[in-house]
Amino acid sequence: MIDKQYLLDSKQMANFVADGYLRFDELVPAELNETVHAEMEDHGIGRGTAGVPLSEIWSPSSPIGSVFRLPEVQGIIHSLVGPEPLYDHHAVHTVRADNDRGQHWHADAIIDTRMHFDIQFFYFAHDTPREMGGTMILPGSHYRRVCESDVARYHNFLEQLPIVCKAGTVFVVHHGIWHCAQPNLTDRMRYMFKLRLNPTVRQMCLWNTEDIDDPSIPGILSKNHKWYGNDVRLEIVNRIKLWRFLVGDDKFDVGYWMGRLENLPENVLEAA
Amino acid sequence: MPQLRQKILVLYLHTPDLNSNVVAWSMYDGTGNTNPTTGDSDKPPYNTVVEAMQHGWRVVQFPQQFPAYPGMEYSTSYLRFEYILEKMEEIDD
Repeated sequence: MIDKQYLLDSKQMANFVADGYLRFDELVPAELNETVHAEMEDHGIGRGTAGVPLSEIWSPSSPIGSVFRLPEVQGIIHSLVGPEPLYDHHAVHTVRADNDRGQHWHADAIIDTRMHFDIQFFYFAHDTPREMGGTMILPGSHYRRVCESDVARYHNFLEQLPIVCKAGTVFVVHHGIWHCAQPNLTDRMRYMFKLRLNPTVRQMCLWNTEDIDDPSIPGILSKNHKWYGNDVRLEIVNRIKLWRFLVGDDKFDVGYWMGRLENLPENVLEAA
Repeated sequence: MPQLRQKILVLYLHTPDLNSNVVAWSMYDGTGNTNPTTGDSDKPPYNTVVEAMQHGWRVVQFPQQFPAYPGMEYSTSYLRFEYILEKMEEIDD
């Protein structure tokens, strides 16, 4: 059982719904970061089998397993995908030194029409200044229905976010978020550990819901990302639908966007 | 003998109006003098398509507009207001 102090709160969940990611700076202790960094340099993290419970993937002595057994990380996992999620895959992403080309923008996997969602962790075990990259993400891109590298023509967006961070920083993202590795202009290899997890329970109220009625939540769900342009209202509808799914309330609304569309009166007035 | 090479600028706008703000952009340089890539700038090179035209860029493709497919009215995917512009530049052969 996860101690409630480690669970996300409703405001964090609303931000995840609106932005498609959450950021946790310097979450992993320094000594563990150094051990995992060395493990990645030594190619010491073997692949697991897709669909196996995460808890069965890494031994108790595994450094990378220790990262994902931290109570803070367990709380993030439980809040978003519940207990006993399945391991989908992991990857040790590297960008070699003196590489001045950015990776093309992409979303992982293929078009995914589920309301249910997977999460991906981006874990940075060493300091990642801008000249080293890191991974660039596009906040709010997670509802876009695209197939992997279909978005590779794009180069830049207003509000694109390069992950520049200290060692031990963890991002958790919705499976649909657009991202790309950035150039590494330093003389050192850059590493990022990515892990994808699948839920095994209905994703509803898995976080600390004590602040579920916080008055700031509608505003969080209505925030704009400047790259949306004229599509921002459609994206708010997407967020309302996911929030309804997450809280189990099919009447939840923000700004009357859904209420207006769902107003289909059928009562016929009797003739006078 | 100078030769001409094509540079392509792709601008994505807030609305179909060519005076509306650029929200995303890409550059492809056929001269070989620059090597644009993802994440290489935080600000667009021009604020609007019209501003780019005023700096010598020719619009070579407009986005067509279609009504949403039934059932897809609230789905989002690609950036819809994509304008492709070109400029021909001389290179030394």
